[in-house]
Amino acid sequence: MSFYNEIQKYNWDEVKNQIYSKTEADVKHALEKEKIDLNDFQALISPAASAYLETMAQKSMQLTQKRFGKCIQMYIPLYISNSCTNTCVYCGFNHKNKFDRKILKSEEMRQEAKEIKKLGFEHILLVSGEDQKNCGCDYIGEMMDSIKDQFSLISLEAQPLSTDEYKKLTHKGLNTVYIYQETYNELNYKKYHPAGKKSNYQYRLETPDRLGQAGVHKVGLGCLLGLEDWRVDTFFTALHLQYLERNYWKSKYSISFPRLRPHAGGFQPNYETTQKDLVQLITAYRLFNHHVEISLSTRESEKFRDNMLQLGATSFSAGSKTNPGGYSNKEESLEQFSINDDRSPSEIAEMIQSKGYEVVWKDWDNFMQL
Amino acid sequence: MNNLILGDKIFKSRLFTGTGKFSSNEIMKQAIEASGSELVTMALKRIDIEDANDNMLQHLNIPGVNLLPNTSGVRNAKEAIFAAQLAREALETNWLKLEIHPDPKYLLPDGEETLKAAEELVKLGFHVLPYVQADPVLCKKLEEVGTAAVMPLGSPIGSNNGLQTIDFLKIIIEQSNVPVVVDAGIGAPSHAAAAMEIGADAVLVNTAIAVSPNPVEMAKAFKMAVEAGRMAYEAKLAEQSVGANASSPLTAFLENLD
Repeated sequence: MSFYNEIQKYNWDEVKNQIYSKTEADVKHALEKEKIDLNDFQALISPAASAYLETMAQKSMQLTQKRFGKCIQMYIPLYISNSCTNTCVYCGFNHKNKFDRKILKSEEMRQEAKEIKKLGFEHILLVSGEDQKNCGCDYIGEMMDSIKDQFSLISLEAQPLSTDEYKKLTHKGLNTVYIYQETYNELNYKKYHPAGKKSNYQYRLETPDRLGQAGVHKVGLGCLLGLEDWRVDTFFTALHLQYLERNYWKSKYSISFPRLRPHAGGFQPNYETTQKDLVQLITAYRLFNHHVEISLSTRESEKFRDNMLQLGATSFSAGSKTNPGGYSNKEESLEQFSINDDRSPSEIAEMIQSKGYEVVWKDWDNFMQL
Repeated sequence: MNNLILGDKIFKSRLFTGTGKFSSNEIMKQAIEASGSELVTMALKRIDIEDANDNMLQHLNIPGVNLLPNTSGVRNAKEAIFAAQLAREALETNWLKLEIHPDPKYLLPDGEETLKAAEELVKLGFHVLPYVQADPVLCKKLEEVGTAAVMPLGSPIGSNNGLQTIDFLKIIIEQSNVPVVVDAGIGAPSHAAAAMEIGADAVLVNTAIAVSPNPVEMAKAFKMAVEAGRMAYEAKLAEQSVGANASSPLTAFLENLD
């Protein structure tokens, strides 16, 4: 049994109809309840809820402060490789894009770590393209080893691995793994991921099951907004979250919603997700799940992030470079996506403090996990 | 009011506080000072124990305030014991709030692992204050392995729901030979006062102070409530009675016996 079996019980179009037929009365009902279920959640992400954004935002702020305090956690991505065997149509690392691929070596990792430490970070996210042959579990483990004395929390966003491989990396000190399904629409998934290992919908979908079974401390979920109708895709993300919490109750969960935006020359989103939609989505998630961490990356604009830190988000990246070697090497290598909020970590920390929030650089330690 | 004797220390204040969720370390410091608390718990994972200039530790350098490192984040006894030893070495205290919660969502304590770790840590010379369910049997077992106190929860941590476990807390207080500190769930000064009135030796309050729009004033309010509750307990509360007992329909017959 895995989430693949669970999701078979649902039909994409039916779910879509359910969401779009929610009324204001359904929304009001959901807002009055102390604990909301998936049915109420559908109301909160429906078009009918758009008139209740302020109420949702107020509730979300209260719930977030109660659970997480007035605190924002800080993390930074470190791209270890842009080598990738997939051909995801929306991604800069697409195998078909002709450019020199860069796979960092231990010494280069240490250089990157040195620069990142100067910025104040303790939580680091290692990101890699998906290249199981050249950047498999052993390589990732080696890269972790080269910097692990420098950071108190290490996360990973790379290709899906096996349960045993996740166990091995956790043993080495890996804390969190982010694995985004991109879209839960099985039929269209293949359109966006035509080749490479990522084209296997089921294997990717079952990755969080393997993470739970491997005892990984924190699991990050999400879908890429812009591929399919965000209301439907994020419903399935919520279903996934609920399933995982019930089955792998020792893991913590984190969620994020990277948003594809239209830009010249690149992949054009099929469905638009506005900033207003994103506010509805994030606050709906907080009302649905009081405990889930919500991160907001530098894909989003300054102004939007500044306002969202009170409304449900709990962790922020800052000063991100999305190309391998980007922190220590001025020479350009291919970046995955261009960032929108390019303020320095100290500028962002100042902004967070000016809003009456504490900046949390460190909330874990290697010695907490044996 | 009587002082509280706990481990090898004497406390005037029966309000213990925490360090999480504050909007800044400066406000945390002011709130702790206003609370009059002499025992403050902080998560090991939040501080850099190798850094003498750690910002949170610096703000906790308050005269009269003792540190109570906690193991929040560990999932089993083995991890807790390891973390405790590091804390003792780095912070030079053998006081420890033992928290083991394999469930990261509601942070509910694992009694089995807590008992195992407590037994070991007591042998290693720690003053162990274990955070547990309001489970009277578990509390007795912890006392037997030598913990300095027991810290049963009033309701889920961070919930501000008050003393939902009051029936069990009363049993724990009745039976305990070590101080009982009600931890978790205390959301209002009235909850803290109620805990003291039923005979708790102390309370630990964090979220209700840290997340209040005015943490410093709220800390003062809790200080007063804890003092009032304790004073009432020591003065002995008048018994509550329901209705009058003028006639004695069941025992009146005794007067007419030969």
